[in-house]
Amino acid sequence: MTRLLEFTLNGRARTDAVADNISLLDFLREQLGLTGTKTGCDGGECGACTVLVDDQPTLSCLTLAVMVAGRRVDTIESLGADGHLSAVQRGFHEKLGSQCGYCTPGFVMASAGLLRRNPNPSDEEILDALGSNICRCTGYVKIIEAVKYAIALHAQGVSA
Amino acid sequence: MNKPLPTHNIGGYVPMIDGPEKVSGRAKYTADIVAPGQLAGRIYRSPYSHAEILSVDVSEALKLPGVKAVVTGADCDKGFGVLPIARTEYPLARERVRYRGEPVAAVAAVDDATAREALRRIKLTVRELPAYYTSQAALAPDAVRLHEKKPGNVERDVLFELGSTEQGFAEADLVREGSYNCAEVCQNQMEMHAAVAEYDALRGRMTVHASTQVPYYVHLMLAQILGMDMSHIRVIKPHVGGGFGCRTETLNVELIAALLARKCNGTVRLVTNREETFITHRGRPETDIRLKIGMRKDGRITAVECDCDQRGGAHSGYGVVTILYAGSMLYAIYDLHNVKYVGRRVLTNTPPCGAFRGHGTVDIRFAFESLIDEMAHELGLDPFAVRRANLLNAPTFTDNDLMVNSYGLPECLDWVERKSDWKARKGNLGKGKGLGMACSHYISGASKPVNWTGEPHATVKIKLDFDGSIVVLSGAADIGQGSTTILAQTVAEVLGLDLARVRVVTGDSEVVPKDNGSYSSRVTFMVGNAAVDAARNLKSVLVNAAARKLEARPEDIECLGEIYRAGAQDRGATFDEVVMEALKDCGTIIVTGNYSTIPESHGGKKYRGAAIGGTMGYSYSAQVVEVTVDEETGVITVDKVWVAHDCGKALNRLTVEGQVQGSVWMGMGQAMSEEAAYNDGLMLTANMLDYRVPTIQDSPPIEVGIVESNDPHGPFGAKEAGEGSLAAFLPALTAAIADAIGIRFNDLPVTPDRVFEAIEKRRRKGNGGG
Repeated sequence: MTRLLEFTLNGRARTDAVADNISLLDFLREQLGLTGTKTGCDGGECGACTVLVDDQPTLSCLTLAVMVAGRRVDTIESLGADGHLSAVQRGFHEKLGSQCGYCTPGFVMASAGLLRRNPNPSDEEILDALGSNICRCTGYVKIIEAVKYAIALHAQGVSA
Repeated sequence: MNKPLPTHNIGGYVPMIDGPEKVSGRAKYTADIVAPGQLAGRIYRSPYSHAEILSVDVSEALKLPGVKAVVTGADCDKGFGVLPIARTEYPLARERVRYRGEPVAAVAAVDDATAREALRRIKLTVRELPAYYTSQAALAPDAVRLHEKKPGNVERDVLFELGSTEQGFAEADLVREGSYNCAEVCQNQMEMHAAVAEYDALRGRMTVHASTQVPYYVHLMLAQILGMDMSHIRVIKPHVGGGFGCRTETLNVELIAALLARKCNGTVRLVTNREETFITHRGRPETDIRLKIGMRKDGRITAVECDCDQRGGAHSGYGVVTILYAGSMLYAIYDLHNVKYVGRRVLTNTPPCGAFRGHGTVDIRFAFESLIDEMAHELGLDPFAVRRANLLNAPTFTDNDLMVNSYGLPECLDWVERKSDWKARKGNLGKGKGLGMACSHYISGASKPVNWTGEPHATVKIKLDFDGSIVVLSGAADIGQGSTTILAQTVAEVLGLDLARVRVVTGDSEVVPKDNGSYSSRVTFMVGNAAVDAARNLKSVLVNAAARKLEARPEDIECLGEIYRAGAQDRGATFDEVVMEALKDCGTIIVTGNYSTIPESHGGKKYRGAAIGGTMGYSYSAQVVEVTVDEETGVITVDKVWVAHDCGKALNRLTVEGQVQGSVWMGMGQAMSEEAAYNDGLMLTANMLDYRVPTIQDSPPIEVGIVESNDPHGPFGAKEAGEGSLAAFLPALTAAIADAIGIRFNDLPVTPDRVFEAIEKRRRKGNGGG
């Protein structure tokens, strides 16, 4: 069955016809062409597909598209849209929190979600927030540095 | 007037030039190439581990509306494989299937759901054969051959003895033996395998986007498999989400996509899922090692005897090279003589193994470092002292003819010893805590590439046009390690220009020069040297142009990046003016830079395969690992790692640190949790929950010390940074555990249940007098 889905995507209200059984991930990537959100596993294992739903980090692979009706979805494409990288993006870029870049959109969105609800997280809160995202390149050391740098930038007024 | 200065681009912390694309989701990976009209590809895989194929009936699949093409082994009778001597694998199995999950047929359909339904309608009829899941079973005298030409199921055996082990052991004060088992591990890179193949039927041309580390090999294999002229094939490598070795070989994924595209005269996007990516495999083989070492009281090693079996899986892949590396790379880290090596690469009914980061060296290094650590303990020697007693006197050649020039291992040892406060803290950390150390090394690219053609090892072109932008054209495949950034930095450094002037174009066979690819840590060394050569050639063109413009002699021209001048009093000409002058003669300028390895680095001929291991420069690493062991649960926490890596010269300290940390961490996964497990040939761990890679919460701080030994041949003195630090983590961890609880683990991974079991066993022995 196809339904009409009304929701807000990256700050814009929109209405789409979506199949009942399509995941938010496939809807974003295959139907809308927003390929910044990545598929990294067969469901719920890696965090690469993390997006924000009402600012909460959410695995888009385990979320049906129809479940975001009336809600606000932000993908990686929403960040830095003003011609500047966001604080989290700058952190991951400048501190090499991203190597191959494939897990990066998921990490960036999980980190952005963390900063939106807690602008000054402790070390433990950072680890908790990123504990379900897998990176295979960095060993996470520079990811932690990236997030801490982003926190500092955010405190200076750079958007998360 | 302030003296204008050339801009320096190497030696600092430089973020990757393609970083903004990656952090904004704009970087396109193969699976991101979504276009209307594309067909969805799917692979039908064998549910049998070993069977003779009687028939593959695809008639029902073809009847399904929306199915555009079905291909089977009947569509391609040519083998593929990375080694010209071992092309025994077919994109789709013919006559036999040899592992569970081997591709048998594939479908292209209007959408994924139709393709999946079509797979359900394919009927495979077989006669099952005995299947072997361990090296021992496959080596049994009565075992059926997996490949007719490989008696005993041995893909390759290696035997060499250099010096006399008999004499060496006779000179030893202590001789000890150990047996080691390292589980099979998988690269599990974040991007799943994908290919998009577009066949232009009007022109008979094929374009393939592939998630590969070596577009050139994909190009060669596509031509072979499709029976097409190479000039009619174009290979594009978009962003690649990691590789760690599994993409150094052409994979069946890109070949099958191309076979489908040609059959339906269309465009096919074939994206495998995580389970299929695991099964496509090319990981590190399960390895059994028996090692015997002789040592004098002062720690000097007098003889080594090593026996190594690798469970290679159903096809050769890189297997011949892997089993050779394991033997040859016993050398080039310590001063060894009297070494005997017996290696066997075994064919089994499991997915094919391949070249995993640290190719061939990791498991052997684990065994070697473990045994010398134990022997040091027994002789009452400090583990550092044993390493120092066996250092090479570089520059030198090893007994197996490997050329060692720069050798920063002594400085690596000093750094980790100092930083970890080893002398004060070793043995004084309290109950359940321990420190361990170990060393490792790796090549900066194989001196002789797999496909030896006589061409330079690497070629880079630079294009300069009216706009003054420097466009570097290179086939080097950036898979996340940052090769594109390093190319930009080296070219900008030679020309003294800001990095922003330089653009790097890679990854399209129609535009960029051929490259041997991103494997064996060759790119910074080989392609970096070619880039330096190209930039120097361009600089020479510009200096000549400046001389004409300034009416001076070329040797009097000073290149200051944005200014060229003839002596300090000259106002000089701007870069743009010099460029315009240079273009007057010839229009757009394209210069070439080449790099060829020197014959002395090609390894020797003392045994068959002795060229494997030869490189222009070895990296060196030393590590100290600190652990806490919870004796109630068996859980090990790695509290801290100190790692020093001799990369010759850090062209980019940020990416060197990132590579070294990533290597150490990947070694940690292998040492502590990662294992490919099978049941009747079915991979049980083909997902990211059962195949446990460490999470951010499991992962320690890793402090990196960069040691710069300034290699005489490396670009600006640089050597590799992306592999050499992986192996040392494994033995350093088990040494730390031994230090903490007095139990040494020779089998990997050291999981909590293994630790718990060992502690319980000791407890029972203590209580029951067993």
